[in-house]
Amino acid sequence: MEPGGALMAERLLEVEDLSVHFATVDGTVKAVDGVSFELERGKVLGIVGESGSGKSVTAMTLMGLTRDVNAHFGGEVRYKGRNLLELSESEMQGYRGNEIGMIFQDPMTSLNPVYRIGEQIVEAVQAHDKVDKRVAKRRAVELLKQVGIPNPESRVDDFPHQFSGGMRQRAMIAMALSCNPDVLIADEPTTALDVTIQAQIIELIGRLKDDFNSAVIMITHDLGVVAEIADEIIVMYAGRVVEQAEKRDLFYDPQMPYTWGLLGSIPRLDRPKPERLHSIKGAPPSVINAPAGCKFRPRCPHAFEKCVDEPALENRVEKPGHLDRCWLDVEVKRALRDATISGDTQEAA
Amino acid sequence: MSTNGIQPLVEIKHVKKYFPIRKGVLQREVARVHAVDDVSFSVRAGETLGLVGESGCGKSTLGRTIVRLLEPTAGEISFEGQRIENFSSRQLRPLRRQMQMVFQDPYASLNPRKRVGTIIDDPMKIHGLGDKRQRKARVEELLETVGLSPEHYNRFPHEFSGGQRQRIGIARALALQPKLIVADEPVSALDVSIQSQMLNLLEDLQNEFNLTYIFIAHDLGVVRHVSDRIAVMYLGKLVELSPAEELYTRPIMPYTEALLSAVPIPDPDLAAARERIVLEGDVPSPINPPTGCRFHPRCRYATQVCAEVEPPLVEYGNGHLAACHHPLNVDAAALQQAHVASSTPLAAEENALPRGTSGASNPVSGEGGHPGGTPGPA
Repeated sequence: MEPGGALMAERLLEVEDLSVHFATVDGTVKAVDGVSFELERGKVLGIVGESGSGKSVTAMTLMGLTRDVNAHFGGEVRYKGRNLLELSESEMQGYRGNEIGMIFQDPMTSLNPVYRIGEQIVEAVQAHDKVDKRVAKRRAVELLKQVGIPNPESRVDDFPHQFSGGMRQRAMIAMALSCNPDVLIADEPTTALDVTIQAQIIELIGRLKDDFNSAVIMITHDLGVVAEIADEIIVMYAGRVVEQAEKRDLFYDPQMPYTWGLLGSIPRLDRPKPERLHSIKGAPPSVINAPAGCKFRPRCPHAFEKCVDEPALENRVEKPGHLDRCWLDVEVKRALRDATISGDTQEAA
Repeated sequence: MSTNGIQPLVEIKHVKKYFPIRKGVLQREVARVHAVDDVSFSVRAGETLGLVGESGCGKSTLGRTIVRLLEPTAGEISFEGQRIENFSSRQLRPLRRQMQMVFQDPYASLNPRKRVGTIIDDPMKIHGLGDKRQRKARVEELLETVGLSPEHYNRFPHEFSGGQRQRIGIARALALQPKLIVADEPVSALDVSIQSQMLNLLEDLQNEFNLTYIFIAHDLGVVRHVSDRIAVMYLGKLVELSPAEELYTRPIMPYTEALLSAVPIPDPDLAAARERIVLEGDVPSPINPPTGCRFHPRCRYATQVCAEVEPPLVEYGNGHLAACHHPLNVDAAALQQAHVASSTPLAAEENALPRGTSGASNPVSGEGGHPGGTPGPA
């Protein structure tokens, strides 16, 4: 592992044209289809999308958790230059947890109810470090302290049911950090929690990223969460990246009508209450028989003839690195956008 | 809406719901969970009352107690002026037509082995409404009302997405033409784009059928959008009740301030600029709730009095009630006008009107109050 703070712009992870397809009796599920991004040390990448958009499958593939006889992978996942997709299962073990840690959504079901919190962290520590149990336990106490569990010396011997939801999520984070991973993947880490606890956890993840000098991939459906913590944001839809930009560009100059829809669907506290919320008509498409052309076309209020061909993920605005998949002219979009986001346009639900 | 403009549709007074904790062979009661502890409010016909709070604050228990799915431990519940807290299940049956629930989990609240048509038809069948043909026509009409199609009549719940299932749950609740719908977190299991469809649908249905909603949710953005008035609960107590918009611009209770402050705002510059009040720790156990003001261990304005004396619910005008010794956003004039509300809990100290305020606070834009407070009029 690198000494702390040595290389700030060190590229930890490069995902290139990643696709994950699952063969099922109903046909091929293209869960992830041509996803590319990079992650540098010290950065937070937000992946935003609705259920079925492929955001969780992307994360689980980085961890090597989607390997299955029916799963087919394409593209590359390079971690510090090494393609993780080519590793054997036992080689992958050396990366999983050790180099890339993961926090799951549901702290209720991700902890084993019959083992003490401490035992579960000790197990994670010992899986990668050859240390004896006493040392590992001392490390577990230290970790619980870092994630803000009060009285870690005694709470380390508690069972998961003795922890509240927020504390369980903290314990999960402690476990994910137990081997000092360079990349931390948080898959909807706050969705099951109350807003007050969510604020605590977001703050904690941001602080730990700096303390541990790592990078974070934050997966969420909540644009409010990424507005707080992310540096760069990817919006996914039906297995595809549909927009990718630095945080401020995504919020203040969104290019993809789907992103507008997401922004407009949130009842916001910082704006006057709209008469009606903008709603995206219909439901996300099936990933088995995705529509031809732009995947968002059937739900898009601005679709036109050209949309039957799928636009490439390209830079269409002044700002380099801001990519989108939409044929509409940039100036037209800028004129249409605010009405859509503020809910002024009416669409049948 | 209906004939009586003055009488509220639902009125609850000092409602308590305790759950006993039993232990040992004799199943003796060793402790009680104070899920709802002396809550009073009324809901006017045609209005939406939002009920918010963290998990474990008793909002769902209260919702279920109001429709008498749970027995209240104490207190009065009136529906259209009729006291119903002691009604037997037989007496309740005709009332069940008037009040229906929509549940949170669209997966668990529909019987997977019944067809959609049967699910929506069953309430009408139980209440003996119409013959088979009329009921089928009505089910098809309901399916269209909630944005599904009549052809869905013979399908099973598993053939639908989460949002469509929630529509089925709403159609079932509407089948008996109720006056009151208690919606318990109806959109929290749904994706954002589907969530906004559902909120718009609930709004349309309210206008069309003159429904009264009690809308239980933890998402303050959602609650603001649908509610006329909002009740904030903490550990079984009603701590603030306010007209909807006013709660967001002028929260009085520091707990409300903290809740609002914790809501993430999808605007990076604003999010970076505003000062967040991060509440330490978790909600205490409702088995042994803190003395005095139940929020005092987590409150940044708390003083000695908060730990000792339970604050009364104080009316600050415009129907805005709050229970706090150190209220926010209350000027000297409002403080002098303030008086104890008639719905204050019985255990609260009636003479303990707040003497000072904690300053102005707008947690949405990030302007906080001042711990320590300002001296008020003597």
